[in-house]
Amino acid sequence: MLLSCRWFSIEYWYLDSKPTENMIHFVLLISRQGKVRLTKWYSPYSQKERTKVIRELSGVILSRGPKLCNFVEWRGYKVVYKRYASLYFCMCIDQDDNELEVLEIIHHYVEILDRYFGSVCELDLIFNFHKAYYILDELLIAGELQESSKKTVARLIAAQDSLVESAKEQASSISNIIAQATK
Amino acid sequence: MEQLKTIGRELAMGSQGGFGQSKEFLDLVKSIGEARSKAEEDRIVLSEIETLKRRIVEPDIPRRKMKEYIIRLVYVEMLGHDASFGYIHAVKMTHNDNLLLKRTGYLAVTLFLNEDHDLIILIVNTIQKDLKSDNYLIVCAALNVVCKLINEETIPAVLPQVVELLGHSKEAVRKKAIMALHRFYQKSPSSVSHLVSNFRKRLCDNDPGVMGATLCPLFDLITIDVNSYKDLVVSFVSILKQIAERRLPKSYDYHQMPAPFIQIKLLKILALLGSGDKQASEHMYTVVGDIFRKCDSSSNIGNAVLYECISCVSAIYPNAKLLEAAADVIARFLKSDSHNLKYMGIDALGRLIKLSPEVAEQHQLAVIDCLEDPDDTLKRKTFELLYKMTKSSNVEVIVDRMIDYMININDNHYKTEIASRCVELAEQFAPSNHWFIQTMNRVFEHAGDLVKSKVAHNLMRLIAEGFGEEDDTADSQLRSSAVESYLRIIGEPKLPSLFLQVICWVLGEYGTADGKFSASYVTGKLCDVADAYSNDEIVKSYAVTALMKLFVFEIAAGRKVDILPECQSLIEELSASHSTDLQQRVYELQAIIGLDAHAVECILPSDASCEDIEIDKNLSFLNDYVQQSLEKGAQPYIPESERSGMLDISNFRSQDQHEASTHGLRFEAYELPKPSVPSRTTPVSLASSTELVPVPEPSYHREVQQAATVPSSSDTGSSEVKLRLDGVQKKWGRPTYSSSAASTSNSSSQNTVYEVTPVDGSSNVNSKAREASYDLKKTQVEISPEKQKLAASLFGGTSKSERRASSTGHKVPKGSSHVLKSTAGSTTDVLVEKTTPVQPPPDLLDLGEPTLKDGPSSVDPFKQLEELLDPTQLGSSANPGIVGSTSAPDIMQLYSDKPASGQSGGFMYPSSSNRSDDNLVSGLANATTDSAHNITAAAHPSQFSKGPNLKDSLEKDALVRQMGVTPSSQNPNLFKDLLG
Repeated sequence: MLLSCRWFSIEYWYLDSKPTENMIHFVLLISRQGKVRLTKWYSPYSQKERTKVIRELSGVILSRGPKLCNFVEWRGYKVVYKRYASLYFCMCIDQDDNELEVLEIIHHYVEILDRYFGSVCELDLIFNFHKAYYILDELLIAGELQESSKKTVARLIAAQDSLVESAKEQASSISNIIAQATK
Repeated sequence: MEQLKTIGRELAMGSQGGFGQSKEFLDLVKSIGEARSKAEEDRIVLSEIETLKRRIVEPDIPRRKMKEYIIRLVYVEMLGHDASFGYIHAVKMTHNDNLLLKRTGYLAVTLFLNEDHDLIILIVNTIQKDLKSDNYLIVCAALNVVCKLINEETIPAVLPQVVELLGHSKEAVRKKAIMALHRFYQKSPSSVSHLVSNFRKRLCDNDPGVMGATLCPLFDLITIDVNSYKDLVVSFVSILKQIAERRLPKSYDYHQMPAPFIQIKLLKILALLGSGDKQASEHMYTVVGDIFRKCDSSSNIGNAVLYECISCVSAIYPNAKLLEAAADVIARFLKSDSHNLKYMGIDALGRLIKLSPEVAEQHQLAVIDCLEDPDDTLKRKTFELLYKMTKSSNVEVIVDRMIDYMININDNHYKTEIASRCVELAEQFAPSNHWFIQTMNRVFEHAGDLVKSKVAHNLMRLIAEGFGEEDDTADSQLRSSAVESYLRIIGEPKLPSLFLQVICWVLGEYGTADGKFSASYVTGKLCDVADAYSNDEIVKSYAVTALMKLFVFEIAAGRKVDILPECQSLIEELSASHSTDLQQRVYELQAIIGLDAHAVECILPSDASCEDIEIDKNLSFLNDYVQQSLEKGAQPYIPESERSGMLDISNFRSQDQHEASTHGLRFEAYELPKPSVPSRTTPVSLASSTELVPVPEPSYHREVQQAATVPSSSDTGSSEVKLRLDGVQKKWGRPTYSSSAASTSNSSSQNTVYEVTPVDGSSNVNSKAREASYDLKKTQVEISPEKQKLAASLFGGTSKSERRASSTGHKVPKGSSHVLKSTAGSTTDVLVEKTTPVQPPPDLLDLGEPTLKDGPSSVDPFKQLEELLDPTQLGSSANPGIVGSTSAPDIMQLYSDKPASGQSGGFMYPSSSNRSDDNLVSGLANATTDSAHNITAAAHPSQFSKGPNLKDSLEKDALVRQMGVTPSSQNPNLFKDLLG
């Protein structure tokens, strides 16, 4: 009979092993009204999961009072968030990572954004979200901090922009010619 | 000429708005900003998707227009909608030679695709080309994509180039190449195992950025294999020393700290290397001590480094001086007002407690404050600490607290975790059987649906085996107390299924074992359970089996079995059950009841659940029978793997898999096919020999053919017959099939939606309720006697008599007495300080308890909530930048109801009622008032204020109004600079 034989095995089921591939699993920027301003996923999530994650987290984070911890435990991970004016910057990390460090990575990013846009505000990020992505790509790669020097990041972004500028210059000079020709 | 140029530029920019995009795109962003509900936003996005679908396939789209379409796709995808129709266009854009377009294409593909997407194969070629580019910016862009999109299959395609880039002249490229290799290592360690030495080399790079990046892969490598990197300890220590002495370029400073992020990474690595290694640890003591001294504890980043130091100190071979320094820092963290620091302090305490348990006692009151904090995060962290410091002397208090907390939370993930922790602690430290059973009952009652079934199995095993102690009386006591409590609980409504399973099993095994309860009483209860939970088949089958065991034990004991009428009707009902499992169990039951005492005892011996059942896997008892059959001329059995047809196919498959795992995709051209040498393996040998014949390599080609042709021929044979069936299916079968699939998927998606929303709402309420109780407690300035008592029972600290009271009747293990002694010895002065003023007279203690416990419960909780609603909301909506004093009270009133609706609705946006001003002039007028607010806000000293740029903010605000993105008149701070 099944029930009277020895059928239970001793396993450390509580040590759920999670994939600890990269340090930061995703970066999320949401406004105070819960609108998404920027998302970057370093671990694989399907579109459905992403929507669910955003909904869950904005529910948790936006309802937290101002003087509480900047950390939230969530599904076995930790989400570190910081509010700047009306924007919440959130990063999801593993249980045993250093929360204060991640808080400073967020601040580091904001300072670089600030230097780039010149006293950055939410509007800058709304309309230039692709630029915010480029800057994030210079700061974090595959969920790891790749560069901790503000100056280096700024220099790289500037170099990319100047190339883009010169590309634009070309385009405009072409239209210049067209403009002259059509005159 | 100059004029012409400007006209030309204007023409070029003509279609663009102020932010560099077209009017259309700005309108889209604007309308999304104006959307008042999630549904409206979805509608806008869906129509945008329709537009893009139409536009993007038009012929001859200008490049700039195309780039914008791609960015619009990114926007759509970011808002959570599916833009997969445009992925291929993003991929195409990466092929473009123009850097501007290429970069946009690359950005889009990294955001759209994940590493196993089909389209990646189309990008690999472009990446290969771009990695060879002489423009380092193109190389950087390509490396970014490599890190995100290259998978195990495509690593070989780019690996040689990435390795070459490790020696690139630009440090940015070297750094990204390192990160790419790190990523490859994470994806498939074997592909880069021969390149690991490169990481060591790059550690000595001239550029600190590259060196810092190298620490990431090294950290991973060291985590896996500590011993082969012990030689690097000295280098890491010297790097850390140089950083601490500020020898790195100033640009790596962050808030006056020298390269703190690199310091943290190094400390993490040192912690790994020094763990359990005295010699390696001794190298580190000086530098870690230096950092402890030099760290600026007033800044957040300084505290981050200090925390990492504590982690390091508690991981490496202990050093008394460093431990002392760590304890000092922890004390500072815990005493701080900042919740963040308290949280880190609790976490650090949990790390240090393993090495020096006496540290916790200095901070007992701080820990209890954190436990009662309204902040859920802090509370959970404290529970984690308590979990780590549980001993048999304090297990009762801690587990009780945990269960109390568990009952009140809605977060299922955490509930599961804390429930399993309770079970674990109870199993490990239970002071008495009675307490253990009671605790398990509470856990199962409140979280029974969440705990994993293994927890239940563990509990059954524990009850069956006892605690592993020698005397059997304790075990049987445990069992009878379990039976007693289960018989009491079983009548309660709506017990979790898993709990009922445990109950049924235990009652079946031990229900009548001690003779306290009669068989008819227990069987009656079991029948009630089977009736009450008639739609839970598992519970019913547990109940039936339990009934069977009880009857069998009765028969074995020589007593007459009287089957109750309700039991009889249950058996009859179940023998016609839809579940074959239930049916079988019932028929077995009926058959067994008819047997005599001896036979019955063989089938189900009493209390034999722990006996191992031997299984004869070779079925040797059948040997005689087989032999007889063979003699009669039966065919011998051929194992499945040795049958000729199967051999070919399975072999073919394994070959195929082997091929896939070693080579994956090939990126070089295939060589010309060689003629295969035909060599036949005789099928006769296969049949006669029992051993598996290894198939020689050359015959592979032939066999593939054979394997391929055989199924295909059978396919064509059957397809002729199937032809008609197919037609029938199309006409009748398909539609019903597909519709049922659709309906199931629908219901599942609905389920997920329902799951989410209630959690948010109720957690809201909960936190508020907790705030309420917190406020009540805050009014008591002095430390309450309740807390003192708690501290005493948790830490075994304050007074002996109290501690004994909490653990009367249970065995007091050696551990606790030792702790007592150590506290008496080492921290006597602290103890005296704390105990004398606080130790309350007994009557005060009695008074103290009711006020605390009954206070919140006697008041109507809803009324309390109502009262609390206003102040809490004010608190949460007030911008932390301004401390509430600047904004006028009427504005605050305006806020106070708006966020309330926003919070409860989840995705309802505050309506922008005041946004009627569309023309520029009134917008500007409004903006001036806003900027006035800005100035007042900035006038308050804050750490990061750069001084307001009036012109900038004016412009921005005017623009905001033009766009109509925000209801900024309601909240002047909404668009304040992020750092303001």
